[in-house]
Amino acid sequence: MINITFITQAGESKTVQASSGTIMELARQHGIEGIDGDCGGVCSCATCHVHVDPAFAEVVGEPSDIEKDMLELDDHADAYSRLGCQIEIEPSFDGLILTVAN
Amino acid sequence: MKKSNFKDPFKEQREQQGTAKMDDQGDPVTMVLRLKDVRKCAHDWNRFRSGATPGRIVVPSEVHIRGTRQIPFEVDPPLHKKYRDLMEDWFRRPLQEPYRSALRAQIQELVDHALKGHRFEIVEDFALPLQSKALTLLLNIPLSEAEVWISWGTHVFRSEETKLDKEKASILYDYIDRKIEDALAAPGEDLYSKLLTSELDGRRLTKEEVKGVMILTFAGGRDTIINAVTNSLVYLAEHPEQLVNLRKHPELAARAVEELIRYYSPLTHMGRVASEDTSVCEHAVKSNTRISLCWASANRDESVFDRPDEVILDRKMNPHVGFGFGHHKCLGATHARQVLMLLLQVVAENVTTIEIEGLKENIEDLDRFERQVGFQHVWARFQ
Ligand code: HEM
Ligand code: FES
Repeated sequence: MINITFITQAGESKTVQASSGTIMELARQHGIEGIDGDCGGVCSCATCHVHVDPAFAEVVGEPSDIEKDMLELDDHADAYSRLGCQIEIEPSFDGLILTVAN
Repeated sequence: MKKSNFKDPFKEQREQQGTAKMDDQGDPVTMVLRLKDVRKCAHDWNRFRSGATPGRIVVPSEVHIRGTRQIPFEVDPPLHKKYRDLMEDWFRRPLQEPYRSALRAQIQELVDHALKGHRFEIVEDFALPLQSKALTLLLNIPLSEAEVWISWGTHVFRSEETKLDKEKASILYDYIDRKIEDALAAPGEDLYSKLLTSELDGRRLTKEEVKGVMILTFAGGRDTIINAVTNSLVYLAEHPEQLVNLRKHPELAARAVEELIRYYSPLTHMGRVASEDTSVCEHAVKSNTRISLCWASANRDESVFDRPDEVILDRKMNPHVGFGFGHHKCLGATHARQVLMLLLQVVAENVTTIEIEGLKENIEDLDRFERQVGFQHVWARFQ
């Protein structure tokens, strides 16, 4: 089990335990405000948008081209944006901090 | 060829040109065909507006048959967001448990009835009643009201002949006017009442605004759901192995729904009006002329989708625009997804074979393209 922290737009912080699955699924299990995951994780809705803590940018990795195309048109996107459904949780993510974009 | 395989009529034009001109009652439309361009134009609301003359962004145009502005659909930001904010929570109710179990029970009843062994017609006897009954949940009104909408038949909102259209449209408009008066006289827990008591910029919504929302809720959620339900059942009829698959893995239904929406794209396209002289993928678009965002074409874009002309129910990467994209993305999508997801699960649990005994295709005439959106009729037997 590793710890992952979500910070919502309202400024609330919630640390949850995780082992596998995607960041979107994890956020939904814990009812994180601002992560809806409407499309169920197929990269179609962008309701799972998070900003990755820069210290973890390399660990989490770059978005794929398809994901980049989605993020490019998102008004809240920055260099650390990712779609949570496209991030598979790995042991190296322990301590990861994610800011919910919406 | 399988009846559940729908051809992509835009392929050549999309690859070679990226756009296509289409005439519509003297107000031509530049159809935008590639996924990236569709997304870009949908995103750029300042250049491509929804808040034009009511009816104009619909193709075929409804300017001659409708004066009421549909809300939030024919409104641009920033006002658009104020309307959406009033409605967003209500339209997410389909995720709640009492709603889902009621919807599941409606579907179970229709499937049980179909399983009695007789031949039945999927569009009129299954998809239309399902769409109508499910809509009572979204509006939070008694189930019995579905009978009224079912009696209108599938053609109330279909465009065939302008004159007829007007008569048909007025059935719906008069009905909504009456329901708004009823809700004003005796407010309840339904969507009409909820809207009538909503406040925007410190004032109540007007009757005309509420009418604009309700027309859209009826019209936008009718043929789309009916076609999605019918096409999905025809697909399952021709792929019994997927019925088995869904029975074993009910969690597959979520991805399957996205894929069926991508492949069948129940809404072909939607218009915008250019606010300046501009261009889309190097084709000039003049100010005050129309473009259309062709969701159906974008959803078969081979530069994005692997094997776009195949239904791959567990498709993992599926950035489709079947529910639109950006500010105006479908408000009814949560409801539509639940309807389809529960349909797949209930059918998989209860039905082993769907036999098609006859059908008639429903082809949309888009000037130079012909696109199948669904079926007029499908005669079938469930076992
Ligand atoms: C499978 C079923 C459906 C499909 C494929 C679909 C598709 C779409 C698409 C593509 C748009 C975007 C239009 C644009 O950008 O101009 C849209 C918008 C909309 N849809 Fe749906 N729809 C479906 C079902 C429903 C249902 C059931 C309802 C409500 C009962 C509904 C209500 C709306 C509304 C209100 C909008 C406008 C949202 C806005 O402008 O902000 N739709 N739909
Ligand atoms: S859940 Fe839809 S894009 Fe991530």
